[in-house]
Amino acid sequence: MYDSIVSYLALVLLAAIPLIVTALGGMFTERGGVTNISLEGIMIIGAFVGLVTVNKLPASWFSSNFVLYLCGMIAAVIGGLIFAGIHAIAAIKMKANQIISATAINTLAPALALFLTMSLTLGEAQGSDKILVNGTRFIIERVPLLADIPFIGEVFFTNVYPSLYFGIAILVISSIVLYKTKFGLRLRACGENPHAADAAGINIYKMRYQGVFISGILASLGGYFLVTSFTNEFDATVSGFGFLAIAVMIFGNWKPKNIAFTALFFAALLTLSKGVAFFPALENWLYPPIPADTPPEQIAFLTYVSTKVIPNIISMLPYIATLAVLVLSSKKSAAPKASGLIYDKGER
Amino acid sequence: MDYAIEMLNITKTFGPLIANNDVTMQVKKGEIHAILGENGAGKSTLMSILFGLYKADGGIIKINGEQVDIKDPNDANRLKIGMVHQHFKLVEVFTVLQNIILGVENTKRGFLETDSARKKIIELSERYNLKIDLDKQIRDISVGMQQRVEIMKMLYRDADILIFDEPTAVLTPQEIDGLFDVIRFFAKEGKSIIIITHKLNEIMDIADRCTILRKGKCIKTVDVKDVNAEVLAELMVGREVNFTVEKTVAVPKEIVFEVQNLNLFDKDKTKKILNDINFNVRSGEIVCVAGIEGNGQTQLVRAISGLNPSVEAGSVMILNGINIVDKSIRDRIELGLSHIPEDRQRYGLIMDYNLSENMVSNTYYHPEFQKHGLIRFDQIKKYTEDLIQKYDIRSSLGATSSARSMSGGNQQKAIIARETSKNHNFLLAAQPTRGLDVGAIEYVHKTLIAERDRGNAILVISLELDEVMNISDRILVMHEGSIYAELDPKKTTISEIGLYMSGSKRQTSEVKHEQV
Repeated sequence: MYDSIVSYLALVLLAAIPLIVTALGGMFTERGGVTNISLEGIMIIGAFVGLVTVNKLPASWFSSNFVLYLCGMIAAVIGGLIFAGIHAIAAIKMKANQIISATAINTLAPALALFLTMSLTLGEAQGSDKILVNGTRFIIERVPLLADIPFIGEVFFTNVYPSLYFGIAILVISSIVLYKTKFGLRLRACGENPHAADAAGINIYKMRYQGVFISGILASLGGYFLVTSFTNEFDATVSGFGFLAIAVMIFGNWKPKNIAFTALFFAALLTLSKGVAFFPALENWLYPPIPADTPPEQIAFLTYVSTKVIPNIISMLPYIATLAVLVLSSKKSAAPKASGLIYDKGER
Repeated sequence: MDYAIEMLNITKTFGPLIANNDVTMQVKKGEIHAILGENGAGKSTLMSILFGLYKADGGIIKINGEQVDIKDPNDANRLKIGMVHQHFKLVEVFTVLQNIILGVENTKRGFLETDSARKKIIELSERYNLKIDLDKQIRDISVGMQQRVEIMKMLYRDADILIFDEPTAVLTPQEIDGLFDVIRFFAKEGKSIIIITHKLNEIMDIADRCTILRKGKCIKTVDVKDVNAEVLAELMVGREVNFTVEKTVAVPKEIVFEVQNLNLFDKDKTKKILNDINFNVRSGEIVCVAGIEGNGQTQLVRAISGLNPSVEAGSVMILNGINIVDKSIRDRIELGLSHIPEDRQRYGLIMDYNLSENMVSNTYYHPEFQKHGLIRFDQIKKYTEDLIQKYDIRSSLGATSSARSMSGGNQQKAIIARETSKNHNFLLAAQPTRGLDVGAIEYVHKTLIAERDRGNAILVISLELDEVMNISDRILVMHEGSIYAELDPKKTTISEIGLYMSGSKRQTSEVKHEQV
């Protein structure tokens, strides 16, 4: 039982980190007043660029896999910044509709990744649309000393991906930047009441560019963290994690701490179908063995239920929860007031 | 003569609109200088140029004799110019302290540092007697305190030139007195003050000199001690203005509209916006609801007109003997309700429809305007042209002008024409003179009184106490969603109303009954 809990928690953390990092990106851009629903597209770009980088750079150049992992992160961030830049210029400079420009990115990103994968033969084989991940090489087997702490050592410091530590660091830093620095105060003012910020001498456009760029950095990292630790193959999709991150941001009320808890909750649901395997008792209860004396005509039905119906219901849970929480939390939402609104200086 | 501010030959256009046309204004050091003008005369634009929010197309600005280029509020800040905007520029979810330091924050090793700011603000608030709660959020404090926060923002930035844009619009008479005391103190200390206003008595009360703008042009700068309110009004409007509204004594008859135990909660069902409202309006009288903006008047209007039908169970509103609480808006209109809405462009008119379509927007389904489901445009046009004549509605293309192309005053005339021409005996007028110039206000007041003399019941919601005193036959004072007093305009004073408006006094129910 103890081992099962440790394994499940580790799995939950693995899924939660990309959600947290991406949702924090969304938080920064919205707090500055620009909606960015292109997190999904930027995640795909970050994942793609980072993955190609770690796969194509000769391993012999690097003293350790960790340095290679860092290089992947840097490449991912550059890709994310370019795509966030497209959105920023459209939304801030050109004053375009922010939903349209972000949707364009969401459409463009997977198409571009797929096109490059196939045309440059970046995948497993000629004509393949899948890139092999081989993420296990980045696993940190144990952190000396800390791994000996009971429980915490096993969850946080044994067989973990570097993304865990980067994710936690990003969470802490985001919280400090948002609430304890001049930058955070000004950014929040731009998202709440840009007219007030303008009158206080703050350059709204500059702050908003910074907000969108931060979302580009964090979403691309989120995508990179997701594919390197959670999947074996990458075929130009992050399976809706970017949109889930937006949901996490909304339920987290645009606050770092709440975002972290919401992400853990969603991650727990997302990993439930895999997690069940860690708990034999639960597995037995969900998928009871078919009794030997079952009439043959019922066996097919029962097999169908336990292999198709129940797993699908479990897989549905995060999305059902999304809808439920959305309905329940919509009234108390504390969205930045000016988020998504174009700021026009000359407007009266 | 030393001038603190000189704005010379300032011109500013917004597309085809010339907001400022060769305007020149000079403010002496240590004086209180008023800028007077009607809505749209270009006062706020001129000040926004001085504060760096807009860039002038032509003209020069000198501060203390030196020519300056003010590109943004930061430049204004550096030149020690501060401004309290008409619509406060405050972040609602920030604390008072955060709002004051926003843009000029101190940091220590990269982190925000607020202790020194807090100390300076406390010193300033003691020196000028400006009470503020530093750690409360803006959305939790009163409008009066929000204004003090705006003043504190200027002081914290060591401003020497203080601009106030319509500072009294949101205050009670008592708060206005307090504000003027502070402003006089600033002037005594050598700060130069500019006040934008269209209220003549306030200029007479506080200003040393006054620059009058009309339609974007500078008309004249006068010494206030040499003139009186009538002269100022004439300069502002360009013709003689009749201030007192002539009316005979009201002869109220039967009750036309009555509200009993009206309760209304806000959207989240957490806060009571209307609290046990009881009153009636009789035919042949004008009842005015006075109060500071945001004390439930808007919701009262929405409840009566049917725009917000979600009143609490037990609320009763009787119009001509029928309880209209569960009636649709159309039913209410058919029962005799006419409504001049507060936001004329949102609820009064369909801006892209033409005048004639707007004139029948609540009667188009009557047989006189439609036949077999088809609209009778010829009839509507004839009807509209009659009204244009009768109500003197001016527009470029007559019945076919779009509502958007008309001036605010004429839009309001059109709404009044529509509402008072249809079959009705109860007129609900929400801030009927909001944003209108002196001439149009005169017109609206005359029309309301004519309506009254025709035997209709009239309920007016107004934020302007002068208006309330002038036209009403009975005054209800609202504060925080309750009616705090019912007064007779002949027996009360503006300052007494002010006490009820601010909630510092409340009539007991027995007194109310005696007065009725």
